[in-house]
Amino acid sequence: MLSIRNIVKQYANHRALDDVSIEVEKGSVFGLLGPNGAGKTSLIRIINQITAPDSGEIYLNGEKLNPSHISKIGYLPEERGLYKKMEIGEQMLYLAQLKGLSRHDATERIKYWFEKMEIVSWWKKKVEDLSKGMQQKVQFIATVVHDPELIILDEPFSGFDPLNAQVITNEILELNSKGATIIFSTHRMESVEQLCDSIALIHRSKKILEGKVKEVKNRYRSNTYRVGFTGQLTSSENSMFTILSSTSDNNDTHLTIKVGEKYAANDVLKFLIPQVEVNEFMEVIPSMNDIFIQNVKN
Amino acid sequence: MNKTLLVIKREYFTRVKKKSFLLMTFLVPMLIIGMYALMIGLAIKGGDNVPTVEVVDDSGIFTRGFKDKKSVKFQNSVKTLDQARKKVVNNEDAFVLHIPKDIAAGGKLQLFSQKKAGISVISTIEDQINEQMRNKMLEDAGIDAETLDNIKPSFSVVSKELTAEGEKDSSSGAAMGVAFAAAILIYMSLFIYGVQVMRGIIEEKTSRIVEVVISSVKPFQLMLGKIVGIGLVGLTQFLLWIILSASLAAVATNMIFKDKIEAVKSNMPGQAAAVAESNKGVDLLNALGTVEWGYILPLFLIFFIGGYMLYSALFAAVGSAVDSDTETQQFMLPITLPLLFTYIMSFSFIVNNPDSSLSFWLSIIPFTSPIAMMVRLPFGVPFWQLSLSIALLIGGFILTTWVAARIYRVGILMYGKKVSFKELGKWFMYKG
Repeated sequence: MLSIRNIVKQYANHRALDDVSIEVEKGSVFGLLGPNGAGKTSLIRIINQITAPDSGEIYLNGEKLNPSHISKIGYLPEERGLYKKMEIGEQMLYLAQLKGLSRHDATERIKYWFEKMEIVSWWKKKVEDLSKGMQQKVQFIATVVHDPELIILDEPFSGFDPLNAQVITNEILELNSKGATIIFSTHRMESVEQLCDSIALIHRSKKILEGKVKEVKNRYRSNTYRVGFTGQLTSSENSMFTILSSTSDNNDTHLTIKVGEKYAANDVLKFLIPQVEVNEFMEVIPSMNDIFIQNVKN
Repeated sequence: MNKTLLVIKREYFTRVKKKSFLLMTFLVPMLIIGMYALMIGLAIKGGDNVPTVEVVDDSGIFTRGFKDKKSVKFQNSVKTLDQARKKVVNNEDAFVLHIPKDIAAGGKLQLFSQKKAGISVISTIEDQINEQMRNKMLEDAGIDAETLDNIKPSFSVVSKELTAEGEKDSSSGAAMGVAFAAAILIYMSLFIYGVQVMRGIIEEKTSRIVEVVISSVKPFQLMLGKIVGIGLVGLTQFLLWIILSASLAAVATNMIFKDKIEAVKSNMPGQAAAVAESNKGVDLLNALGTVEWGYILPLFLIFFIGGYMLYSALFAAVGSAVDSDTETQQFMLPITLPLLFTYIMSFSFIVNNPDSSLSFWLSIIPFTSPIAMMVRLPFGVPFWQLSLSIALLIGGFILTTWVAARIYRVGILMYGKKVSFKELGKWFMYKG
């Protein structure tokens, strides 16, 4: 659906994006990851046509990105706000009309969302009278009010309390199930695992990792297992695995082991079962957090 | 619907609906009417609290005494100088003029008072002394007093504008007054509305709405929409001021002169004096009537709009570069300086030398022309100069808008950064 090809963005003293290419599939939830200052926001701004790349191209549904696509994209920036002195309803109407809705359609869509979010009574309120969490709900509605095909959320959960974060997460998933493609950038790796189908990791202006979350995790499997058993392991010396760490409590022992390349998990089990009573055997799969840290540190 | 139009609508209506807009709209005409009423009132009555000067004449020349004038009254004193001086020490409103014995030989006149005497008081005294001295010299030369009284020429100039269409009365005074008022109005409104543009942009930046908006419209559309919207607010305000002032003035005039107009109609001798007194007020009205509104008003609008577009673009660039009002100072200076310079030059130099080459250039260069040209208008400006000035003004605001837009599109996305002029230059050079 969204095809980013060889994007380069140069600022006076530094290169924000260096030959970045990313493919986002239709209907997926895509995580754009990276440490602060990596170039995520620069890329998002280019997708939103706020700034233009120095070179490279972006295609949306096979068409080269152009101003007519603005109405198909919904964008919730990291630095977000509202006009403080304007009534919420008026403000929503303005923002929706800027996205290309007619006044009539905009009114209907806003009413639908206000009812859905249970904030109908806010229509005449001014933004300065709302709490921060309330404002974020309004901002989220402004992002999705024109029913965009592509929704881009830059750090959507920053500043949300857990309850509101859950409300927004559910809305995102619902929109996704109705066919919208979602890109979001975040630092919160647990929400990546929870929500994303695919990710791309940008570090120091370059894309260093991309793929489906499962694939990426598979790529970072290190043949490490966690074993728990009761009894005494008679020969701890073996060529099958090395023990990375061990804890024991009375008769119960917990080990983290790294299995040698020639062997499979079943070989280790076959080796263990005759000797001890195995009550836990689990592969240690790296979390996105681990993968993130591992990549960014190198 | 066109997106720029949406932005213009929002900028316009959010401001026009504000209470402060309504307040300004009604308060300013009230003030204008108040001043207008005061002017007429003063013209009819003359000032009050006229200082009285006690004259101690040791020379014995000024036996005829001094004539009371509007700004000063005179009183011959019988006291000696020392007595009179004591009076001054005790009374802060007292003025004592001492004429020495040797005045004819160049002796010094002295004016004693606790307060500093006003310029009009001193000049009135000087005029009268000079006149009386001249009279005395003429009498000494053999011209008797009666002849002297008969030779009192009194002329005043009636200015007539003579063009191919014929001659007509003109009052250069009123025309100048209106043109100067227009220049001052342009000067003030360039600041007032320019700063509103700047504030509006800072508000969008600090409230962080700007990134949401420019994901829907181009930064240039947003900037232009804001400038045009606020400019329309200004024009609306001017229009309301003119309508309100004119109708209030009509009502006020009717009330003040009603009895006098009736007096003229009935031609009753008892009220002839009142009619004569009111003539000055009527003169003022007549003078305002001679102003060529059809010429000055359109030019005022053209130079206001042109000047506003030119300067508000610069204000917009400043607003985009900073995070708060307090940071604007260093960037404001290059904007305020040409405006202030023209304003000062207009009322000190151009007024006296409207056709000099400096005045010409000031009224041609786009950064100074909106004010300078207004001041030159009543003295007559050739058509080609007006056209050139307007053409350059249009070119000028296209240029500043272009430059400002290039700074603006980068500036509005820069948060929490201290910016220098060098940095602005870099932004200007950015691609895309």
